[in-house]
Amino acid sequence: MIARAKILQPPWKEISRQREGATFGIWVFLASEMLFFGSLLLLYTAYRVANPDVFIIAGRETDIWYGTVNTAVLMTSSLTMAVAAQAAEADMRRLTIWCLGATVILGLMFLVFKGFEYAEDIKKNLVPGANFALKPPAAQIFFALYWIMTAIHAIHLSIGLGLVGRLAISGALRRVQLRENPQVEVTALYWHLVDVIWIILYPLIYLMGRS
Amino acid sequence: MTDVAINGELPLPREPSYLGAGHTVASWLGTTDHKRIAILYAATITFFFFLGGIAISLVRLDLFTPAGDLLSDDTYNKLFTFHGVVMVWFFMVPSIPGTFGNFLLPLMIGARDVAFPRLNLFSWYLFLAGGFCTLYALIAGGVDTGWTFYTPFSTMFSNTHVVAAALGVFIAGFSSIATGVNFIATTHMLRAPGMKWFRLPLFVWAIYATSLVMVLATPVLAVTLLLVIAERWLHLPIFNPDFGGDPLLFQHLFWFYSHPAVYIMVLPAMGVVSEVITCFARRRVFGYDFMVYAMVGIAVIGFFVWGHHMFVSGQSPYASIVFSFLSFIVAVPSAIKVFNWTATLYRGQIGFEAPMLYALGFLGLFTIGGLTGLFLASIPVDIQVTDTYFVVAHFHYIMVGGTVSAYFAGLHYWWPKITGRLYPDIWARFAAILMFFGFNFTFFPQFIVGYLGMPRRYHVYPPEFQVYNVMSSAGAFVLAAAYLLPPLYLTWSLIWGARASRNPWNATGLEWKTSSPPPRENFAVVPHVEEAPYQYHPEGVAPEHGGENYRAQGDQT
Repeated sequence: MIARAKILQPPWKEISRQREGATFGIWVFLASEMLFFGSLLLLYTAYRVANPDVFIIAGRETDIWYGTVNTAVLMTSSLTMAVAAQAAEADMRRLTIWCLGATVILGLMFLVFKGFEYAEDIKKNLVPGANFALKPPAAQIFFALYWIMTAIHAIHLSIGLGLVGRLAISGALRRVQLRENPQVEVTALYWHLVDVIWIILYPLIYLMGRS
Repeated sequence: MTDVAINGELPLPREPSYLGAGHTVASWLGTTDHKRIAILYAATITFFFFLGGIAISLVRLDLFTPAGDLLSDDTYNKLFTFHGVVMVWFFMVPSIPGTFGNFLLPLMIGARDVAFPRLNLFSWYLFLAGGFCTLYALIAGGVDTGWTFYTPFSTMFSNTHVVAAALGVFIAGFSSIATGVNFIATTHMLRAPGMKWFRLPLFVWAIYATSLVMVLATPVLAVTLLLVIAERWLHLPIFNPDFGGDPLLFQHLFWFYSHPAVYIMVLPAMGVVSEVITCFARRRVFGYDFMVYAMVGIAVIGFFVWGHHMFVSGQSPYASIVFSFLSFIVAVPSAIKVFNWTATLYRGQIGFEAPMLYALGFLGLFTIGGLTGLFLASIPVDIQVTDTYFVVAHFHYIMVGGTVSAYFAGLHYWWPKITGRLYPDIWARFAAILMFFGFNFTFFPQFIVGYLGMPRRYHVYPPEFQVYNVMSSAGAFVLAAAYLLPPLYLTWSLIWGARASRNPWNATGLEWKTSSPPPRENFAVVPHVEEAPYQYHPEGVAPEHGGENYRAQGDQT
């Protein structure tokens, strides 16, 4: 009961209402995030329409193996996150914590693979600048967008890792009750946003010019 | 707490007021009370308001003469940029939502606090961090791009502290988004029993519509500034024409935020004015439903008019025609509001207390600003006056004549509620009138000189324009004097002002049904709302002439 009282925060009077409010709030925030990534996708679209051939040449230089493996890793993390959220509802505490832990590990794996991929890209001179590997000028725009979009995605993912990790640790230490806790659903929704964004980025970056 | 159905009065709370709930610095900096956070915002934006004001005072001083005698060209550019950046993002955008929105939204809907009190505090800290980041840019040497950060100048040519300034605005943007999410969730989830959507005071609707724009427009600005930072700092070519980049894309993205941002600034002002005019005319608002539809309409249509900032940019003429048409359309709901306020005054028992003087000032100045906006929405006229002082005068009529007037109207209207003190009304009326005249002396000549062809942002100008510039600069100092008065007499009232009763204006609205200042919990019992807002007189019957139905500040106990 003590843990339950801890979940209920002012100004709310009932946990069910508080959960409704938290879920509603995160959905509004996700709408904001869609506009955030939407502006980047708009830029990508405008430049791709202006330079269709160059984007195909540049897209072939990305590493499809890292991209594909990372997609699989992130989709799996989405599954574990979804299971964690459902398990929390069913009061299966042990399963919830295991799944939250798995989500964190998969998220970290994604970042590690991304790091290796970045190292390869730097080795191949794919950072826009004087020594850029590709001739056409617009290829630098493709890679500028590649770096910015993947970096912003990685920052979002890192924030997600912090949220999931915090839930996993405080849940494991029994500092908070996971069942009925509005933070579980909020965290899950945020994590799924990070996945959805990646699902959009993957074809734009890695499948460009490979059909 | 028990639910009590009320028609007239709520029992007064017995706990100490929110101001008496703690006197340490930590009790303020760590507070999650929406009312204290409102005070934190008020202090911060007042600081930025005077900072931005000092910058533009130097500019106006320099413009007394055609030759730039006082400032160097570089300093001049940095000062008007600083004025623009600070006033737009660190005063106007958070002004009414951050202060009155925070203070009044929960009170008006009968809630204990906003939906996410800790996020609310975090939002203020983000705002503060962004402000310091931008201030650093000033202290380190300034920025000279104008508040619009246009590329390629901002990314490739400017030698000033663009990164720090843009980063500051970027951070403050997230404060805006957090506030918007919080207000939307609060309005949806925490209305008191019986407070249906169409019983909400118009101020709540205004804050709700503003929050929608904040949540959906601000992220686009965030990305845009992030790209400017990436291009400048990491040399990633996004808008660089050498690589096929398109500076026009920057303008599209920038104005996709910055035009709706105009509505972030003016919608809350419309909310304040609706509260003040109904109270001091002792009238139900005319056409409540259409006031609501108009505000939501402005918020939505406002997203589709950004291209009217780019008529001379070389965008497709077909795009220009569509944007021009939509810009005329967005003026319709604004016109509905102006007509409805006027109709609310009709047969009212009008009192000319300070808040009403500011609100009436808003009405006139906003109308002039709005009508000149129609000139600018018309492509041929816009091409003639693009980047002239005509544009400067137009948006100052909306933002300063409109929003700042409304901010002062709200400040004087809710001051007894916020502080529990009454201010000297005669001084407040004097400041309101001085502000109105000072404002018009400053900006009306700019319409003329702009129409005659004087471009904005220029340090020197031909001697034939001097007479208008002298008028404008002289007016600016009258205006500055008017702005210095409220801090003086309002501070005076904090110490020597008489204690305010719970409802000194005899106004309707839940915020007036609790004590002044309210306790931490806002209400002693959960209010139960049974009627529409603004019940100043029986339906269908205008307030009687000569009746004692209007009571001045402090009459009711």
